[in-house]
Amino acid sequence: MDLPTVSGHRTAHRRADLALAPGETLLAGGTWLFSEPQPEVGGLVDLTTLGWPDWEELPGVLRLGATCTVARVVAAPWGAASGLARACADSLLMSFKVQHVATVGGNLCLALPAGAMVSLAAALDASALIWTPDGGERRQSVVDFVTGAGTTTLAPGEVLRAVDVPTAALSRPTAFRRIALTPRGRAAAVVVGSGRRVFVTAATTRPVVLDLDDLEAGLAAVDCWYDDLHGPADWRAHVTGVLAREVREELGS
Amino acid sequence: MRINGEPVEASPAPGQCLRTYLRDAGRTDVKKGCDSGDCGACTVHVDGSPVHSCLYPAARAVDHDVTTLAGLGTPDDLHPVQRAFADAAGFQCGFCTAGFIMTAAGAGSEPDVERCFKGNLCRCTGYRSIRDALAGRINLEPGSSTAGAFGASVAAPAATRIVTGTEAYTLDLPTTGVLHMALLQSPHAHARITRIDTARAAAAPGVRLVLTHLDVPDVLYSTARHESRLDDPDDTRMLDDVVRFRGQRIAAVVAESVRDAQLAADLIEVEYDVLPAVFDPETARAAGAPLLHGDKAADLSRIAEPHRNVVAQTHGEVGDVAAGLAAAAATVSGTWRTARVTHVALETHGARGWLDDDGRLVVRSSTQVPFLVRSELAHVLGLDPDRVRVVAARVGGGFGGKQEMLVEDLVGLAVLRLQQPVQLELTREQQFTLAPCRHPFRVSVTAGADADGVLTALVVDVLSDAGAYGNHSVGVLFHGCHESVALYRCANKRVDAEAVYTNNLPSGAFRGYGLGQVIFGIECALDDLARELGISPVELRRRNVVRPGDQFIVNGEPDGDLVFGSYGLDQCLDLVESALAEGDEAPAGDRWAVGEGMAASMIATIPPRGHHSEATVTLDVDGTVTIGVGSAEFGNGSATVHVQLVAEELGIDPARIRLHSSDTDAVAYDTGAFGSTGSVVAGTAVAHAARELRAALDAGGTPPLSRTGRHEGTPRSVAFNVHGVRVAVDRATGELRVLRSVHAVDAGRVINPEQLRGQVEGGVAQGLGSALQEELVVEEGEMVTHALRHYRVPQIGDVPPTEVLFADTYDELGPRGAKSMSEAPYNPVAPAVANAVRDALGVRPHELPMSRDRLWRLSAQSQEQR
Repeated sequence: MDLPTVSGHRTAHRRADLALAPGETLLAGGTWLFSEPQPEVGGLVDLTTLGWPDWEELPGVLRLGATCTVARVVAAPWGAASGLARACADSLLMSFKVQHVATVGGNLCLALPAGAMVSLAAALDASALIWTPDGGERRQSVVDFVTGAGTTTLAPGEVLRAVDVPTAALSRPTAFRRIALTPRGRAAAVVVGSGRRVFVTAATTRPVVLDLDDLEAGLAAVDCWYDDLHGPADWRAHVTGVLAREVREELGS
Repeated sequence: MRINGEPVEASPAPGQCLRTYLRDAGRTDVKKGCDSGDCGACTVHVDGSPVHSCLYPAARAVDHDVTTLAGLGTPDDLHPVQRAFADAAGFQCGFCTAGFIMTAAGAGSEPDVERCFKGNLCRCTGYRSIRDALAGRINLEPGSSTAGAFGASVAAPAATRIVTGTEAYTLDLPTTGVLHMALLQSPHAHARITRIDTARAAAAPGVRLVLTHLDVPDVLYSTARHESRLDDPDDTRMLDDVVRFRGQRIAAVVAESVRDAQLAADLIEVEYDVLPAVFDPETARAAGAPLLHGDKAADLSRIAEPHRNVVAQTHGEVGDVAAGLAAAAATVSGTWRTARVTHVALETHGARGWLDDDGRLVVRSSTQVPFLVRSELAHVLGLDPDRVRVVAARVGGGFGGKQEMLVEDLVGLAVLRLQQPVQLELTREQQFTLAPCRHPFRVSVTAGADADGVLTALVVDVLSDAGAYGNHSVGVLFHGCHESVALYRCANKRVDAEAVYTNNLPSGAFRGYGLGQVIFGIECALDDLARELGISPVELRRRNVVRPGDQFIVNGEPDGDLVFGSYGLDQCLDLVESALAEGDEAPAGDRWAVGEGMAASMIATIPPRGHHSEATVTLDVDGTVTIGVGSAEFGNGSATVHVQLVAEELGIDPARIRLHSSDTDAVAYDTGAFGSTGSVVAGTAVAHAARELRAALDAGGTPPLSRTGRHEGTPRSVAFNVHGVRVAVDRATGELRVLRSVHAVDAGRVINPEQLRGQVEGGVAQGLGSALQEELVVEEGEMVTHALRHYRVPQIGDVPPTEVLFADTYDELGPRGAKSMSEAPYNPVAPAVANAVRDALGVRPHELPMSRDRLWRLSAQSQEQR
C-alpha cells in the first residue's frame, strides 16, 4: 500500500549511507513495510543497492547476505540441508511472488514468531552479523538475536549485514514439521529437528531449543507459548508436542 | 519505466507502491484488492517476474520492464493463459482474474498449484473452474450459439474483456481532475463528540473540503437498501455527533490526492465524552444496559424497543408446543452460535460522483442496487430523484455487502458542495472496521418427535447481534427464521427472536440473509433427534419436510404469495444419500476419526413485499439487439442469463446481443440484484420483453423496434439445497480433511450448467470458510482482524472439490422453468460439516468456526468422556 507519510526514498551505496535521519527507516524487500500502514515512517533508505552478494562460501561458513531474497536463499549451496531450506521458505505465509522480493534479513529483523527464515537460521545454528553504528560489528546466534514477537537485540543504528551458517550444521540429519489453522495458513508451530536438538518457532514468541533426548521435560519447561489470531497458546503448546514427538521418531530415538 | 513495452517517463512519489503508480498512469487492468500482498489481484511482472504490485516500491521499478494483464494479450490476440481462463469460465466477478492470469503466466512450469496460488484469493468460484483453467480444461460448450443457448454452458458476455483487463470496474476511470476523499474514524465504541476542530486539516496542502457532523443534512436513514425504505430503521446520520462503534465515520476530507486527504484527516482534532458501551447482545437487552438509540422514537425511527436496544422481534406460536413436547418419544435441545464473518468481496466499496452537463448528480458506485441508492441519495440530500443518476459498472463481488449505501452519501454531498468530481474508495482495513459484517446469531432449538420420527414440536429462540445500527437487522431476523422453520411440517411451532443493538460493528446483509445462522441450529438439532430415534438423518428429513400442498408456517399466519412453483427436495435428498453411500478412503492411523453428515435448506426465490423489474429489448437496423435492464452483474452471472434468455426467445446468436445494465438511465426501474433475483425477477422481465419483441416481429414489425417487459416479484416459489459431507478429524491436532463433499440443488430448469455449478461451488466454498476457518475477532469493540492476512478466506488449497448434482424440475413461475440459485448453496454447509464432526468424534460442536483448535478441544472432551 502507499505510505503517505513517506517523503524521501534514497538508495544506499556505501556503509555511511546507512546513517538514518529522524523518521527514516531501512527498506529491504519492502514486502512487510508496504503491507501495513507506517504512520511513523518519513523516509526510506534502500539496502538492496548496496550490492551485497546473495551468498558467499567462506571457510566453514555459508554467508547469506541480508538482502538475499527468500527465493535466492533456497537456491544457495545447502548440500544435504536443501530440503530444509525449501521447506522453511515455503512455510512463509506469503506466496512465491513474495519470496522473490522478501529478504532473509528483513524476515529476521521483523522477528515474527512465524518468521520462516528464523526457523531455518535457528535450526542450523546460524549467527547474525551486525554492523554497529561506530563502524564495528558484532555477532550473535539467531536464537538469541530474536527476543520476542517482533523484537530483536538490534540497537538503534545497527544493521543486520549477513547471516552466517556453519557448514558443519548442513550435514546433520533434519526433520521438519509445520502446522497452521489452515493447510497453508500462517504457521502456528514449526518444529525442526537438527542433529540431537529440536528447534521450535512460530508456536513460541522466540526460538526455543529443546534436547531431543529430554524432549518432554523441555516441552514442559517452555514459558513463551505464543497466542494470537493464528492459534491460541494451549493448542500451540499441544500440537508442538505432537510434532516434536514426530520429529523425534523420524530422527530415531 | 517501460509499461507493456511503452517507455513511460516515470517519477513515482516516495512511498508510493507500484500498483498506485500504474493505476494513476491509466493501467486500470491492475486491480486493487487487499493492498497488503494477500490477495494477488494486483499481480504484474517486473522484468518478467511476477510480483504483488501493492508491496513493490514504485521507485524501484523505474528503469525496469513492467507488464500488466493488458500487455499480455489483447481481445484479438489472447495469451494462452487468457484463453484458458475464458474457455474454462474460470471467473465469476472477474476481479481476481488479472492476478491469477499474471501469476500463472509468470510461474513457469510450477507443478504445485496450491503452493503457487496461495497468494491469489478468489471469493466467487470456489477455485474448481480456476483449477480447470490452469489445467487447460474447457468448460464452455462449443457451438452453443443460436438456437439452444438456453440450457447450454455459454460464455459470460464479458469473458474476453475480463481476461484481457479491458472490462472497467467501478473506479477503473482516468483520475485526472478528480478529488479524493479520506475518512476519519472513531477510536471509541460509544462516545459523544464534544469538540471537533478542522482548522488544521482545512489548511493542509491540497485540501478542498472537510465535512463533519456540523455539515451534513439532519436526516436519519439506514445504510441498508430495500424496495421499501420503511423496511429498515431510520437510525443513522451521515456523520453524527454520537459515535456508536469503533470505526464509525466521524469526518471526511476531500483533497487533490488520496495522500493529501489521508494526511489531513489525521490533523482533525476531536474531543469526546466517552459513554458506557455494551458488546454482548444478551447484556444489551437486559435492564440497565447503555442504550444506543434511546434518543429515538420507536414509531418514527421504526425501532421495536429503543429503551431495551431491541431493533426487531417476533414472538409467536402455532399449535401447542408444550403438548407437542409432552407427546414426543424423543426430544433434543441445544444452543448454537455462529461467528461474525465478513464478505471479502475483492473490490472494496467505492464510488465516484460528478455533475453531468445538465447539472444532475451522477454517482458511479460499486452497488448491487443502483435504483435504491438513487432514491435514498435523493432522500438524504434533499433532491428530486430525477436529479440523481446512479450507475454501476461491473461490480467486483457482492455477497450482500453491496446492498448498503456506505460511500455514495458522502461522495454525493461533496460533489454538490464542490461542484467537482469526487471519489471515495474504502481501504481494505475499512472493509473490516466500517463495512457491515454478517449478523452473529445465538440459536437455541428444542425439537421433539414421535416414535415414527414425525415432529411433534419445534421451538426456536434466536438472538441476533445487530451491532450499532439496525441496517438489515429486521429483514435478516425475519428471513432467518422463515424458510429455515417453514421447511418442516410440524403442528406445534414456537419462534421467539430478537435483534439487539450493541456497540459492535454493524451487521448487515450477507449471503443467505439470516437463514444460514438459524439453519445451523435447526439442522444440528434434527441430526441429534435422528440419533435419538435411531433413524438416518436423511430419513428424518423425508418424514418431515414440506411437500406441495403444505403451507409455509413459522409462528403465525403464512405469507400469502409463497407457493410451490416446483418441488425437487425429495430428489436432492436421494442424490446426496446415494453419493455419500459410495464411501471414501480415510487417512490411515488411529488418530483419524471419520464421520458423515448432511443438512437441508429451503429458500424463497424472491424476497417478500415487492421486487420489481422493468427491462427493454431493442432490435436495431444493423441487427444488433440491446437489452436494457436495471440489475447489476457482480459475479452472479445474471448478465449471461439475460443474454441467454433473449437469444432463446429471438433465436439469435448471443454474440449479437449487447447489455445496457445497472444504470438508472437504462430503464424505468429495478429493485436490484439481491435475494437471488437476477435470474427470476430481472430475467423474467427480460424474457417478457424479448417475447413481446418476437411477437411484434412476427406480426410484421421492422427495426428499430423495442419492447418492454416487467416483473413484480410475486408470486414467489421455493428452491432447495442439500449438502452432504464426509470428514476425517485428526484427534491429536484438530485438523479436518473433507473426504467427500456433495451438494444437490433444486434450481428448476438449469439455464447454464457451468455457471450454475460455479455458483454452487462458490457458495459451498464460502460455507466451508464460515464453517471451518473464518472469524472476525472483536475485543471490546476493537476489530482485531483488520487485514486480510488475519482473516482466513479460503485459499485454493483449502477448498476440496464438491460434486454438484441437479434435481430435474421445472418451475411454473421462473423464467423458462428456472429458479434462483446464487446465495442458497452457502446455507446448509456449516451444519452438514458440524453433523459430520459429531459423527466422527461423538461430541457435538456448537459454535463456528470449527477451527483446528476448537476441534482439538472437542476431541479432548470426547476422549475424556470415553
